[in-house]
Amino acid sequence: MITNTVLVLVLPFVMFLFLGLAGVKMPRKTAGVIGVVGMLITTVLAYWVAIDYFMHHPGHEQISAEVDWLNFTPKLVARMGVLIDPISAMMLVVISTVSLMVHLYSLGYMCDHHGHAEKGFQRYYSFLALFTFSMLGLVVATNIFQMFIFFEMVGLSSYLLIGFYYSLPAANHANKKAFIVTRLADLFFLLGIMILTFSTGTFDFKELVGLGDMAASQRAAGTMDGLTFLGIPAVGWALVFIFIGGAGKSAMYPLHIWLPDAMEGPTPVSALIHAATMVVAGVFLIARMFPLYVLAPMAMNVVAVVGAFTAFYAAAVACVQSDIKRALAFSTISQIAFMMTSLAVSADGGQLVGGHEAGLGYMASMFHLFTHAMFKALLFLCAGAIIHAVHSNENDKMHGLHKFMPITSIAFLIGCLAIAGIPPFAGFFSKDEILVACYERGLGWGLWMSMVAGMTAFYMFRIYYLIFFWKKHEVHTEHEPSDQPWTMTLPLIILASISCVAGFLPFGKFVTYNGEVLETHMNWTVAGSSVGIALVGIALATWLYFKENPKPERMKNAMSGLWEAAYRRFYMDELYQFITHKIIFQGICKPIAWFDRIFIDGFFNKLADLTGNASFAIRRVQGGNAQSYVFVYLLGALLLAAVTGVVILMI
Amino acid sequence: MELTLLMYLIPSLIMFGCGIYGFLTRKNMIAMLISLELMLNAVDINFALFNRFLYPGKLEGMMFSLFAIAIAAAETAVAIAIIINVYRIAKNVDINQINKLKF
Repeated sequence: MITNTVLVLVLPFVMFLFLGLAGVKMPRKTAGVIGVVGMLITTVLAYWVAIDYFMHHPGHEQISAEVDWLNFTPKLVARMGVLIDPISAMMLVVISTVSLMVHLYSLGYMCDHHGHAEKGFQRYYSFLALFTFSMLGLVVATNIFQMFIFFEMVGLSSYLLIGFYYSLPAANHANKKAFIVTRLADLFFLLGIMILTFSTGTFDFKELVGLGDMAASQRAAGTMDGLTFLGIPAVGWALVFIFIGGAGKSAMYPLHIWLPDAMEGPTPVSALIHAATMVVAGVFLIARMFPLYVLAPMAMNVVAVVGAFTAFYAAAVACVQSDIKRALAFSTISQIAFMMTSLAVSADGGQLVGGHEAGLGYMASMFHLFTHAMFKALLFLCAGAIIHAVHSNENDKMHGLHKFMPITSIAFLIGCLAIAGIPPFAGFFSKDEILVACYERGLGWGLWMSMVAGMTAFYMFRIYYLIFFWKKHEVHTEHEPSDQPWTMTLPLIILASISCVAGFLPFGKFVTYNGEVLETHMNWTVAGSSVGIALVGIALATWLYFKENPKPERMKNAMSGLWEAAYRRFYMDELYQFITHKIIFQGICKPIAWFDRIFIDGFFNKLADLTGNASFAIRRVQGGNAQSYVFVYLLGALLLAAVTGVVILMI
Repeated sequence: MELTLLMYLIPSLIMFGCGIYGFLTRKNMIAMLISLELMLNAVDINFALFNRFLYPGKLEGMMFSLFAIAIAAAETAVAIAIIINVYRIAKNVDINQINKLKF
């Protein structure tokens, strides 16, 4: 058991080093196959660890390996370890599954249409392994310090993979943007950690949140009693800062701007990092700190409001995007916001809501994280297959692909049904639990999230119809689009099957905030109404987009202002551009640069000029005649001797 | 007649003065080098003298003279090497002609 858990981490790291160092020496395909085999073994081990955990120790966290790493003080020690508890065991399964699918898929995707592997194939697999290692390290972190380090490492590997096509300027801009935005958010995360550690004197989750022991988090929060800043308790500040860190990674409004641009990376990378795993790191972080959040209603409300707003905002933007990957990216943002909201609505005023179903939101959020990872990875991999076939991201280059790519079409449809929340697909169960949790918090929350769920169904089917139907496909390239090789189709089939059945997992038995079994009951009113709303969304999409017709164009012209604003993502990028360039660069940086140039540099330049001029003036002393130097030296020595003699005599 | 410290110091001083005079007036670099050696030897005599008369029980001054002689030998070798190279380039060893190292 101990060796397995550590091996799950070590293996991807070894693959990273091996493929990164020795990869260039071997043929590209060989490196890819080695990467896939390594990931397959990791997946088997991860499943073993998770199954073993859920069979033998459900509900009890266990730290299976831990070493002291940095001894700050005798009491404050940063450790590195492996912590297995319900959510980290679940995340091991999610990450390894999606990562394996992406590894396999990339064997086909990262080739040109003659089947030759692209330049940098080994580097690609090496970075994938690095990402898998970092993400696994993040979820099994035993303390918040370790989590922060791996948080940074997933950011780094995301940066490297977004910029995989480093010769494209767009990819370079995108990876810089992603890195800077998430780094900025991580700064707040670090501040949060500092505040938390300053009062509690520990990094360990065991003492901070107790891992099921609610009393521990009360003790931890108790050490901050009386500490306030601007009238808000310190624990609130710490948790809000930590949330900002999570929001940066999870692309919550207004830190979401990097995610749509991150789609410049290869599509399998988008599926793995920017849809299924890394972007839920923020949700995972909040879930990990959940018992503390419950005790800080202010922080919880911030999470809830940001989550609910982001869900709506991203859904609205997703409705009009023409680039399928961007549309899926905004869909991801919206779904992650669902998870955030779900976590946040499960507590109100320092108490869990929902009576005997307390903590339902927590369970629902983790459940949705699980199912969403599967069907969103599926959708992205389908999008990758389509892009690989038609060589474009824009949906006006697609249309009518159903005839050419039937398997991809059906897989995409399953993904759409799952995300729209149609039974019996996975998304129905998890989204239904989320909506139930929202209604338990308040009618307003429930109605708002139900509306967003309806929009989800609409925009997903809009994308689906625009890709696969709408009108007859015009072949733009030299070859007809078709279903892709088996390496790319097999992951689609596997993920589609998981999306069909994952909803029937008895999640409440395994993953709850306190480790006890949570019996969930189908709430038929909520379930019925959410399915109804989803069907309305689908029907609307079918009416508008199934067959070519002038209605969407007419609607667009009727509300051109709104359409344009949504298409431009409500001008968030322009706003950032304005703030950074006009206010920060022009207003703050330029005066500082001027001051630096004129005063600081000016002073030292003057000093150097002075020295130079003085030296120039007296340079004639160096006449080149060695004997005159000696003569001057002699005179100087005699003078010194005379002075010394006089001084001695005077004393 | 007892030999006193002063009796030794006077020849040493004369040697040193000759060295300085030679160094400042001779134009031949070899001659300048010889003058330099003269100065060094004067200093060596002083080391030995002061040790002998002021601290008879100790040996530091004597050792220092030996040390200085060894260093002087090495330094002479370097100086000769430089002078030979200068001769190869400038075809003479006149110090007045070797005045390129200036501003």
